[in-house]
Amino acid sequence: MREITFREAVVEALDIAMERDPKIFLLGEDIGYYGGLFQATQGLMQKYGEDRVMDSPISESAILGAGIGSAIVGMHPVVEIMNIDFLPVCMDQLVNQAAKMRYMFGGRMKIPLVIRTTCGAGRGGAAHHAQATHAAFMHFPGIKIAVPGTPHDVKGMLFTAIEDENPVLFIEDKMMYNMKGEVPEGYYTVPFGKAAICHDGNDITIVATMRMVHKALTVANEMEKDGIGIEVIDPRTLCPLDKETIINSFKKTGKMIIVDEGNRIGNFGSEVASIIAEEAVEYIQAPILKVTAPHVPVPYSPALEKEFYIPNEEGIRKAVHKVLEYA
Amino acid sequence: MKLPKSMLLEMLKKMLEIRYFEEKVVDQYARGAVPGLAHLYIGEEAVAVGACMNLTEDDYITSTHRGHGHCIAKGGELKPMMAELFGKKTGYCKGKGGSMHIAAFDKGILGAMGIVGSGGPIAVGAALGIKKQNLDRVVICFFGDGASNEGATHEAMNFASLHKVPVIFVCENNLYGISVAQHRHQAIKDIAVRAAGYAMPGVIVDGMDVLAVYEEVKEAVKRAKSGKGPTLIECKTYRFRGHHEGDPNQGLRYRTKEEIADWRKRCPIESFKKKLLKEKIVKKREIDNIEEDVERRIEEALVYAMESPFPKPEEALEDLFA
Repeated sequence: MREITFREAVVEALDIAMERDPKIFLLGEDIGYYGGLFQATQGLMQKYGEDRVMDSPISESAILGAGIGSAIVGMHPVVEIMNIDFLPVCMDQLVNQAAKMRYMFGGRMKIPLVIRTTCGAGRGGAAHHAQATHAAFMHFPGIKIAVPGTPHDVKGMLFTAIEDENPVLFIEDKMMYNMKGEVPEGYYTVPFGKAAICHDGNDITIVATMRMVHKALTVANEMEKDGIGIEVIDPRTLCPLDKETIINSFKKTGKMIIVDEGNRIGNFGSEVASIIAEEAVEYIQAPILKVTAPHVPVPYSPALEKEFYIPNEEGIRKAVHKVLEYA
Repeated sequence: MKLPKSMLLEMLKKMLEIRYFEEKVVDQYARGAVPGLAHLYIGEEAVAVGACMNLTEDDYITSTHRGHGHCIAKGGELKPMMAELFGKKTGYCKGKGGSMHIAAFDKGILGAMGIVGSGGPIAVGAALGIKKQNLDRVVICFFGDGASNEGATHEAMNFASLHKVPVIFVCENNLYGISVAQHRHQAIKDIAVRAAGYAMPGVIVDGMDVLAVYEEVKEAVKRAKSGKGPTLIECKTYRFRGHHEGDPNQGLRYRTKEEIADWRKRCPIESFKKKLLKEKIVKKREIDNIEEDVERRIEEALVYAMESPFPKPEEALEDLFA
């Protein structure tokens, strides 16, 4: 199969979706003439015009509100918040309005809204342009959260997000935009709430998100040579979360490591560990470990960011060895 | 301009519906029958009614925590509204929203938002959706002097004016942001002046005069529907009661008895009735009949609300996702 980048997969999905559905329009900062800060909307304004690919003022609340309001009255907006760090600027529109409106109004409305955003450290973005705060949004009922981990998945999941009748927070790991992978031509979907088992193994379960999936896979492939079987699971959506696949794997291995770039406290892995403790306690053979960013803002210097802050293969190997002490 | 008598009577009826509905809420709240918060609109009826008389069922509004008046004026039905306040399954939101979150999509009521200033961006979004679908509709965004200081309101106004979407910002300046008087929460006296910053018309209107509000909003609707973009209409008004029903002595901690009494003398309903009688547009008996009819229907709404069942506890888990 042909290989294209994660970025190209995003552009392709938006392009095909916009061709299929005239109610879709894009709205966000620098997505038009500039083609998106990460070039993930490149060429779309030229193809579909300024009415369907709208450059917005730097007004995150207005962007979100425009998405919510237009979705309620029949459009299918795909809005972009350039960095996940900017979502707190419009937190009210996201977590108090988009997430809650359907419920608080008695289920009598639909909000088919996609909010694309980016996360991830590694470009010297520092504290305001590099966070991975995806887990924070799990706390708010009413938002689906997609965290695709491959070019194949980002394309298929973007179609699923656009067709969903609920607000979807669609998070793209900005450090993956140049990653290449096999991506089918044309339209296809990848369902929400269905984890991918990226590597089979019987000894340890690693649940990893976004770019961390690939770091976990590197370690899993290495260790396979030493006879250690690591099962790597990519949940692909945090809400809905495919608990079944995670729990079934854990019942087989009895050992769990979660690798996630978010800060340590309230990390996605904390929730996974809690699920295991509540629903599979009798299978626990070793401490459940999290490999995460430390609990500090993203630092700027490469000596701090690249060498220390971002979870890496070495951290995963250490966790694997620690868990194996309980074998 | 001379309005048909039927329209004038409709205005009176709607204002009375709001007033009697809320007086019933006051009574029931005092008896402990209303399980949550209630922010009353009494005194501000001319704004919602004067504005919404310009709308059809296809037009939209966004409302606020002080939203009963907007909903009734836009055609919200009394029974499911009262039932919602009582937390009943038959309420507009099946008991999940309460007084601060009433929505009725079939009436174009996109919902009341409990967060001050949050309705602006959503109203503008709805107007953007109207424009993109080439619909002959408008959105009225109701908000208060308090919300005029929220950042989201300004983002919304800038966006609306930039894209000339059909939205009308109706500011109910009731002189207090909760307990803080206007002169203590902003340096301007007229919120309408802020329109200039967004290159849209800003007008000031007597919010106690239903006909004055009607005329200004009529112009703004015409402007919005002809693609000329938004208007900011500041309605000078006053809430006769406290910020909410738990506000001691109708807000005497932060405003004087004299001030409240002065504004009560300008009651929008009493002055409208006087005007209709003085100009011999209606007879006293006709007003009496309307009042009796409204009173009866409020009573029916109350009975409906009280007799309706509560939702089952496990229904708390429903309605999150479509």
